[in-house]
Amino acid sequence: MISSIPADVRQGMRDSLTVLVGAAPFGFLFGALAVENGMTVFEAVLMSATLFAGASQMVGIDLFGTKIAPWLIVFSIFAVNFRHILYSATIGSRFAGYSTLQKAIAFFLLTDPQFANAESRYESGKSVSFRWYMAMAVPVYVLWVIEGALGALFGNLIEDPHALGIDFLLPIYFLGLVMGFRKRRNWLPVVLASGVASTIAFYLVGSPWHVSIGAIVGVVFAALIAGSDEEPSPQKNEIDLVSNV
Amino acid sequence: MFENIPTTVWIILAGAVATYATRIGGHLVLSRFQHIPRRVSAALDAVPAAVLTTLFAPAIVSQGWAEAITLGIAAVVALRFNLAITLVVGAVAIVGLRSVFG
Repeated sequence: MISSIPADVRQGMRDSLTVLVGAAPFGFLFGALAVENGMTVFEAVLMSATLFAGASQMVGIDLFGTKIAPWLIVFSIFAVNFRHILYSATIGSRFAGYSTLQKAIAFFLLTDPQFANAESRYESGKSVSFRWYMAMAVPVYVLWVIEGALGALFGNLIEDPHALGIDFLLPIYFLGLVMGFRKRRNWLPVVLASGVASTIAFYLVGSPWHVSIGAIVGVVFAALIAGSDEEPSPQKNEIDLVSNV
Repeated sequence: MFENIPTTVWIILAGAVATYATRIGGHLVLSRFQHIPRRVSAALDAVPAAVLTTLFAPAIVSQGWAEAITLGIAAVVALRFNLAITLVVGAVAIVGLRSVFG
């Protein structure tokens, strides 16, 4: 029975297991915090099913609670997901033999761990087949949506989020994500620049503008201190992979 | 037909389109460039940390001692442990410290 399943499909399902375990708490947490921030269960599930990108979903629900303009929420989601552009540029060339539709589906399911596993599979000389790709990605996707739904239903039952500290989980979550990027070049200067600028803007300009202002200051600062192409630099451009979905 | 759809749903759908654009955009656009200038790649590299920092940094000074100390504890825990453990320790810290500082 088991042996009739192709090897790449079995390997894909095995690869999905660690991601399933790692992502599960965040799937539930997203659903629970989404309803705490005023979303309906349907909206929370819709967001998990159409974005399938944990960090940006958390950013979205964090900003829904504020009086921030809709386009700024969308832009913040875009900015947090920006790292996918780097993955996408690399992984596209691994999709040999995929039809256009298969490529379109594969890109929709492109998460941090999916990219990391596909790259290591490619580097070990194995084919990044569509069967392997889907065997890994589909279980992660399906459970992500189910966890979001269960978390949202459970979140509806919590009566005093402040006493349980639930209102402060998002800042802790974002801090943890930022710490996960700490091996990137010039990480500390960029974080300090964004942190100081956003805090000053928070008091002088007010929320939600501190988000855009702080982010722009950090990104511009990163470009300024990077040095131009002519200057020699020992630092390599490395994409750091965090294990969030 | 569309007037009964809440703004939240529109934002979610627009966010979904924006997210898909990042997932397919690198393949469609970035892979055509032979060489990305260092300043541009450094800026791209910095985007996630720069955005996410703004979402907790003001809370270090704007909320209270319990919140500030919790973020400090979480930062130290994150040096050694993964995100899930950081979150659990942070949750315990905020509940405990809020009961201390009222």
